[in-house]
Amino acid sequence: MKPMVEPLDYLRRGWMRLWLGVVFLFLYAPLLALVAFSFNDSKRNIVWKGFTLKYYQKAWENSGLVEAFGNSLAIAFVATVVSVVLGGMAALLLWRFRFPAKSVLSGLFGLPIVVPEICMGVAMLTFFVKIGWPADLPWPLNLGAVTMAHISFCFPFVAIVVGARLVSFNPEMEEAARDLGASDWDVLRDILVPHMKPALIAGALLAFTLSLDDFVITFFTSGPNTVTFPVKVYSMVRFALTPAVNAASTVLMAITILLTVLALRAQRGLQSSAQAH
Amino acid sequence: MTQPIIQPIIQIESVTKRFGPVLAVDDATLAILPGEFFALLGPSGCGKTTLLRMIAGFEAPTEGRILIDGQDMSRVPPNKRPINMVFQSYAVFPHMSVLDNVSYGLKMAGVAAAERRDRAERALEQVKLAGFGTRTPDQLSGGQRQRVALARALVNQPKVLLLDEPLSALDAKLREAMRFELAQLQDDVGITFVMVTHDQDEALAMACRAAVMNRGLLAQTGTPAELYEFPANRFVADFLGSVNLFEGRLAVDEPHRAVVESAQAGCPIYLDHGVTGATGATVWAAVRPEKIELHKRADERPPAIEDVPSGYNVARGTIRTVSYLGSESIYLVTLETGHEVRVTRPNLTRWDQEDFTWDEPVWLAWHHESVIVLQA
Ligand SMILES: Nc1ncnc2c1ncn2[C@@H]1O[C@H](COP(=O)(O)OP(=O)(O)O)[C@@H](O)[C@H]1O
Ligand SMILES: [Mg+2]
Repeated sequence: MKPMVEPLDYLRRGWMRLWLGVVFLFLYAPLLALVAFSFNDSKRNIVWKGFTLKYYQKAWENSGLVEAFGNSLAIAFVATVVSVVLGGMAALLLWRFRFPAKSVLSGLFGLPIVVPEICMGVAMLTFFVKIGWPADLPWPLNLGAVTMAHISFCFPFVAIVVGARLVSFNPEMEEAARDLGASDWDVLRDILVPHMKPALIAGALLAFTLSLDDFVITFFTSGPNTVTFPVKVYSMVRFALTPAVNAASTVLMAITILLTVLALRAQRGLQSSAQAH
Repeated sequence: MTQPIIQPIIQIESVTKRFGPVLAVDDATLAILPGEFFALLGPSGCGKTTLLRMIAGFEAPTEGRILIDGQDMSRVPPNKRPINMVFQSYAVFPHMSVLDNVSYGLKMAGVAAAERRDRAERALEQVKLAGFGTRTPDQLSGGQRQRVALARALVNQPKVLLLDEPLSALDAKLREAMRFELAQLQDDVGITFVMVTHDQDEALAMACRAAVMNRGLLAQTGTPAELYEFPANRFVADFLGSVNLFEGRLAVDEPHRAVVESAQAGCPIYLDHGVTGATGATVWAAVRPEKIELHKRADERPPAIEDVPSGYNVARGTIRTVSYLGSESIYLVTLETGHEVRVTRPNLTRWDQEDFTWDEPVWLAWHHESVIVLQA
């Protein structure tokens, strides 16, 4: 006898499984191919010739690529730290205080999320050219323009994540702390920041990955000496699709996936501690 | 009541609080004495929490002032007041261990770590949570979290402990047990407790004195017995327990005797105290349901003298509804005037509940000492 299909057992239905398989194929086959061919001992990425790590070595020996990678990490690090501080403060400001035009301000904070990246890129380029931002500063100061551009689109995400967390804050917690003798700073340090912590971690990882793989805005704001990893890969691919690019992309993907997993973990911690109340 | 000789620990002087158009507390004046277990009692939305929060310092009075131990504290922030509070949600800090929660106030006061630990552990013992120090709040039940909140407040040895609806989140059995425990704890530590509650049983069972609030106004302040037996007005009489009210006209008013002519009762109501009101004024004669006796009425004659001793008021009615509650039964009796009267009767033996039944004609009798006249 055929087993009964329960109403919510979607995956017991054949056509549903087929559909799911097709979706996974289109989504992940290219990524899997990329990873696989980064280990393929063949110059042209068509047939499997055996396992090798030599393209990783090639990528490592490509000083332009490594420099771009270093730039990307430096930019992402600074952009993340600044975004977490700015985003956290923005969220606190919007949550805690009443002031005129508050909704306008919160809309403005969200603007970098909704404005198309290409417009942001053009706007940033125009801005830095207009104010005459110096292009020939020593490393890492020459990354300033790109970093600022990254901060401008990263911190709203942090503010949104932290703001969502603050909604679940029980104001009696703050009052209890005040009642026990805490000053405003004590409350921030002992009560509010610990409550915001999972959101700050999640927001930081979000900002880091967003910064690390941004292409459009970076493309417009980076100069010849401040190439980031995605921009460098793009320029390499324009000449030839070498397996070294595959190798480097695989490394970036691994970093991004790792950080995303950590971000999800932090989010889960956030949910379970919210359920405890 | 005589003027207290001891200095009150809390003096609330003509305090009014407005939230925009909402008048939350209306010209409240109140003195709470040191060592008292005081209850602020009233229906939801009457302004109890607002008054408590003004004592704690979370709200500033719109008018009037609040003195704590003789000092005007109206503009002093909550972290500078010698007062601690147990919040309705307990507000135990979720990211700190139980011990860190309890010692937080001492830490803010700059007490050394070793002493903090000692005192926090002693406070945990006091609330019967010894050995729970290393747990985190999510490993505790609701009742245990409340004890942590209690210990966290008591460890600072405040002059006054404020409690906002401390028992409302507990289940019925635990609530009953905690009543006694809280009262016992208050007795042990000797700190003034001020408790907000909407539950009249809770206030009667725990408090030395209580203030009944109605729509921002303090309706009456007194001991539980004063509030129950000598309510100042119909609101207090009705809010504490239940009451039968007979609207009528004050016919006789002498120092130790008064008569209320009530069309609702259908008979003159005699009582044992003077009213000092204008004769002819509209008044309400109030009788509690447990103070009314039921007697069988086989015929139309009044109950025999031996059944109803002198000094009793007697009225004729028919039982409309019986609710058997186990320990007692509630009878709704319709008088011949059509007025409905509530009577409760303890079930002293296993057969008492069978004495009276639906549609039975009865005499109602209540002593003239059981009646109180209300003028408002
Ligand atoms: N922060 C506030 N803003 C506006 N209105 C408030 C505020 N706090 C209390 N109120 C109003 O004041 C009245 C009394 O509230 P509250 O003291 O909480 O009553 P209770 O504790 O007796 O239920 C209510 O009508 C309530 O809506
Ligand atoms: Mg309340």
